[in-house]
Amino acid sequence: MQQTWLILGATSSMARAFARKLADQGDGIILAGRDIDDMESTARDARVRGARLAEVLRFDARDPQSFVPLIDRMAREEGTLNAAVFVGSMPPQADLDAAPDCIDGVIRDSFTGPAHVLHLLAAEIEARGGGTIVGVGSVAGDRGRTGNYVYGAAKAGFHTYLSGLRNRLTRAGGHVVTVKPGFVDTAMTWDVEGMFLVAPPEKVADDILRAVEKRKNIIYTPGFWRLIMTIIRLVPEPIFKKLSI
Amino acid sequence: MTWRSGSYTGWGRALVADGPMARPERLSSLAKVSGSGPAIGNRRSYADACLNDAGSVIDMTRMDRILDFDADAGTVTVEAGVTLGDLTNLLAPRGWMPAVLPGTGHATVGGAIAMDVHGKNHVAAGSFGQHVQSVTVIRQGKREVECAGSEALRATIGGLGQTGIISQATLKLAPCPGSGVRVRERRMDGFDEHIAQLEASTAPFVVGWIDATATGKATGRGILEEAELTDRTPPPDKKAKSVPFDAPHAALSGPVVRAFNAAYLRRVPAMGRTRTRSIDDFFFPLDRIANWNRLYGKRGFHQFQCVVPADEADALKDMLEFIGTSGLASPLVVLKKLGAGRGGMMSFPMEGYTLAVDFPARAQAAEVIKRLNQMTADVGGRVYLAKDAFLTPEQFAQMYPDHRTWADHAAKADPDGALATDLVRRLNLREVA
Repeated sequence: MQQTWLILGATSSMARAFARKLADQGDGIILAGRDIDDMESTARDARVRGARLAEVLRFDARDPQSFVPLIDRMAREEGTLNAAVFVGSMPPQADLDAAPDCIDGVIRDSFTGPAHVLHLLAAEIEARGGGTIVGVGSVAGDRGRTGNYVYGAAKAGFHTYLSGLRNRLTRAGGHVVTVKPGFVDTAMTWDVEGMFLVAPPEKVADDILRAVEKRKNIIYTPGFWRLIMTIIRLVPEPIFKKLSI
Repeated sequence: MTWRSGSYTGWGRALVADGPMARPERLSSLAKVSGSGPAIGNRRSYADACLNDAGSVIDMTRMDRILDFDADAGTVTVEAGVTLGDLTNLLAPRGWMPAVLPGTGHATVGGAIAMDVHGKNHVAAGSFGQHVQSVTVIRQGKREVECAGSEALRATIGGLGQTGIISQATLKLAPCPGSGVRVRERRMDGFDEHIAQLEASTAPFVVGWIDATATGKATGRGILEEAELTDRTPPPDKKAKSVPFDAPHAALSGPVVRAFNAAYLRRVPAMGRTRTRSIDDFFFPLDRIANWNRLYGKRGFHQFQCVVPADEADALKDMLEFIGTSGLASPLVVLKKLGAGRGGMMSFPMEGYTLAVDFPARAQAAEVIKRLNQMTADVGGRVYLAKDAFLTPEQFAQMYPDHRTWADHAAKADPDGALATDLVRRLNLREVA
């Protein structure tokens, strides 16, 4: 069956790596994000690699008017419709402390904006009786920490949304994969100090593709983060609140 | 999110720089940082060509998209950070490959242009830069396209990143019949035989490996590999290995290297042999071992590479004799014939023979390499700037006769010297008359 993927946040390096894997297998790709010039280059790259279709559309998580055209474009494709969400913003917590107004923006970028788009696409997936949604969350969503708890809270909300969406789409033959990456070597983490066990975006893309093929529900990537986060979640709150990790 | 501070090195790891590094992933973020320092690729040059100590550098490895591929014309347009290995893997199944490949697939297209790298087919194909149709360079905030045949492009090819940030290039490709390389290997008993057979060979790809621990009559002995592309399917590559941490100093001590070299030589039967290898395995043999530079331990290593004019081949024999008695050489010693082809004003190749030797970075190595540099200068040869750590400005000026013309171009392109590297400063490369 012909596959078409909507990639939200297509300028991220994880999205670029994932789009390449899709292009290698000849899928169609609609790249959605804000930097049109950059996505145009990624689309050209995808076409050279074998994508059946590679187009660019404007998507801004904070501009709901940009949402419907994405779904309209997807709906014109035959076969199975899928989506992968790579959007999110992680301003330094200090910036948010200085300007709490910015919290809304983080929630919209990382949770409510993409959730809105997925909601629109979900109806189409139900109507066609199949399709996969990949939602990239974060290990930061597993427990709030002083360093990035606004971002973490947005991702936690997104995780819960994906869980509910999975529950809904399963009934219609669809599927939702929740991806929780650990530290990944991207522009977002380039200057963050104290990073360890940093994974290249290609590794994350490989793990996502495998999870899609095997219809996994929730994956950590790289896989060892499942163990790390299990331990972190098990620390009792009276102790956790005093830790600085 | 833009700058990361810390130390970094070239492939040899003996020289270290400290300073902020940006790694833009898109043109818009590249535009914001351009002008703040030189662009670097995957840092596969050995010494200080990719270093800017106390200044900033721009890591181009995430600018890695393939923008166009014309399967009829055999051309490809890429962003500068695409590696030659990735490009080869993508193109070979479609019947094309880069016309020139250096010894590592980790080198980026931008780096290959800035160094005007050569390969095992230099006599037949010339240097990398001679297959560049056009380059997009960012200088003083503006994108400019330089086309083949122009003076500007001849300054950029081999130009060590000093004429602007290479952001994109269009390359003319070579046909690639399949995934294999037919390789004939023969033992060479000594230097004269090695040179005679290099000279006699008509194969498109030719490279000699030398046992540099040999002295006396055995000086220059080794294995000659002659190869051509084939549509035969090679056996599957062995699983890639990795060197997980710095090796102790004993790992490449004299006795170990001598034993390794003897075994490596005997691997090829006295009668010689012919086999089919994969493209990766033939062109990038050491890439099968990730981080092999760690074998030299924490102090790193230096590579000496020179070319001497064809009628001065005996100078290489003297060098090998000297290296053999120094007891310092590593297993990685390569002898090749070069043609006259060079793509730019600062390109390394000249018609003659090139010798490349790795040395562990011990105190003695500096003296040995300086002596080899002088031996090269004495016969009108040239030392490769992608490898060098020990030339003097005077030696450099003698070896690269077009450097003043080039320096004029660089001065116009980058009047404030924002693109200067440690190499540029060490050898006063950009000094204008």
